[in-house]
Amino acid sequence: MLSFISFSSQHTDSTYHRSTRHHPDVEDLMDVDDDDFSGSEPKLTCPGETITSSQAFMRGHGTYVDKEDVIASVVGTVERVNKLVTVRAIRTRYNPEVGDLVVGRITEVQPRRWKVDANSRQDAILMLSSVNLPGGVQRRKLESDELQMRNFFEEGDLLVAEVQAFFSDGAMSLHTRSLKYGKLRNGQLVTVPPILVRRLKSHFISLPCGVDLILGLNGYIWVSKQAKDNDQGEEGFDAEAVYSNQNDDIDNATRAAISRVGNIIRVFADHFVPLTDTLLLEAYEWVIEQEGDAKYLLLGDTGDALVAAMSIRG
Amino acid sequence: MSSRVELINAGLLRSDGRRPYELRTISINFGAQGTADGSVTYSHGLTQVRVSVQGPHEAKPGTRRETFHDRATLNVEVQLAPFGVGERRRRGRGDKRLLELAATIKSTFEPVVQTHLYPRSTIDIFIHVLQLDGGLLPACINASTLALATAGIPLFDFVCAISGGVHGTQPLLDLTTVEENDVPSVVVGVMPRTGRATLVQMETRLHMDRFEDVFRVACDAGKVLWSEMRDALRERTGDLVDKLEAGPGMVAVKETEET
Repeated sequence: MLSFISFSSQHTDSTYHRSTRHHPDVEDLMDVDDDDFSGSEPKLTCPGETITSSQAFMRGHGTYVDKEDVIASVVGTVERVNKLVTVRAIRTRYNPEVGDLVVGRITEVQPRRWKVDANSRQDAILMLSSVNLPGGVQRRKLESDELQMRNFFEEGDLLVAEVQAFFSDGAMSLHTRSLKYGKLRNGQLVTVPPILVRRLKSHFISLPCGVDLILGLNGYIWVSKQAKDNDQGEEGFDAEAVYSNQNDDIDNATRAAISRVGNIIRVFADHFVPLTDTLLLEAYEWVIEQEGDAKYLLLGDTGDALVAAMSIRG
Repeated sequence: MSSRVELINAGLLRSDGRRPYELRTISINFGAQGTADGSVTYSHGLTQVRVSVQGPHEAKPGTRRETFHDRATLNVEVQLAPFGVGERRRRGRGDKRLLELAATIKSTFEPVVQTHLYPRSTIDIFIHVLQLDGGLLPACINASTLALATAGIPLFDFVCAISGGVHGTQPLLDLTTVEENDVPSVVVGVMPRTGRATLVQMETRLHMDRFEDVFRVACDAGKVLWSEMRDALRERTGDLVDKLEAGPGMVAVKETEET
């Protein structure tokens, strides 16, 4: 990278230029004013780099103001909406928004609430009042419910939920008040950087190979056996089934399909490829054509070939 | 000088052939390490450290009392590989020297990381020293800066650290273990944007008249390191952005957005 940089006293001038190059923001200001700012070439910044003047622009996330300058505080791409300048970090923890679908893991059971790890900067909170309880969808929470909270969710359980609101300190509150949400079983969890999961029309994906996918916006992805349709009617909220800890019988073909899909997602995460349902489907077909075992996907060559094949298709 | 090793020979070259202001080779590798949010393997000459940053995340149950309601806490842990040091000795978690090193790194980064954005959270910095040939603290600090940046944690600025020393009246930069043992040394950490020093550490006595020379030259060296670190980060970020934008995924994302 750098071989024997030497500098003696006469080099001091050149180092001085290096540091001053970023100080007056004349050139940078011109960049931002440019009309095709959000064009093909994304502008990269590093912490401490001056982006623009704070008099003409407002600072957004990933920036701070020092004297007259808006300065980047994270590594990433500069984005601008009208007069608001933000820097989006390329790899970071999940930043929740209300309505997001997340997959999380229970870390703690507290009075009337569960703490959930959702890859965010703080653990999310799931209130006892925001889960569906057995015996009627809407009913008062009793003391007996409070005492048997571990029958619903225990430490280590995985669940899918929606972000409901935020607390004053920025922690998110979740809810599972829908038949789509609740405890997860019959599958495996795959973790990817959150930026790779984009907002889609539906985050519940059914692949024709007998695999269900839940793409959590926090980068947690649940790959599981396909649920039988209509096993829970409109009225019949089956608490036994929803809070069960027991896996169904999964045949070998489905197990192979689950691990294949899981490994495809891992390969895409390694190559930093955003995930969509069509992409996963085509990748699965490609893998079936290759007739390899699921584990060979994780060898570098096969993974590279998969991504290359998908790129050609695009 | 009582040293048996000739630190600077008649041709003004040091024991490893460098000139007084010459830095050793730096290599920066951003390979992923397990589930860490940001990670880097940083070699500076024969010193090699590996840093992984986790967080910001919820404080572990045992340490929750140490969290603050208005900012994040930094937790720094340093481990020294027994095979990486001259004297092979296993150092436990409670080793005084390592605890002091961790505390120094923590106090260096506390004013630099924008902790107020993450109330009640913890940011873990795990440092593994794989090889040691002088400049332990500077290597740890530079690597931590890079790892924090790759984890997407907001920083006011980089921190670039370098060690300096004086042999006779000649200031030296980037000391090796041999030199560290013999000459008075100082570690300087600078924030290159403002040129402020966040860290000045001296464990040996240094003459007051010599200090200014060493300090100035170390500050300049910090800026050289900064350009290297920045270029490496930019290259890596650009690479990831390219993959994100140009890869097969983005085409698919655009297709779904159109339909």
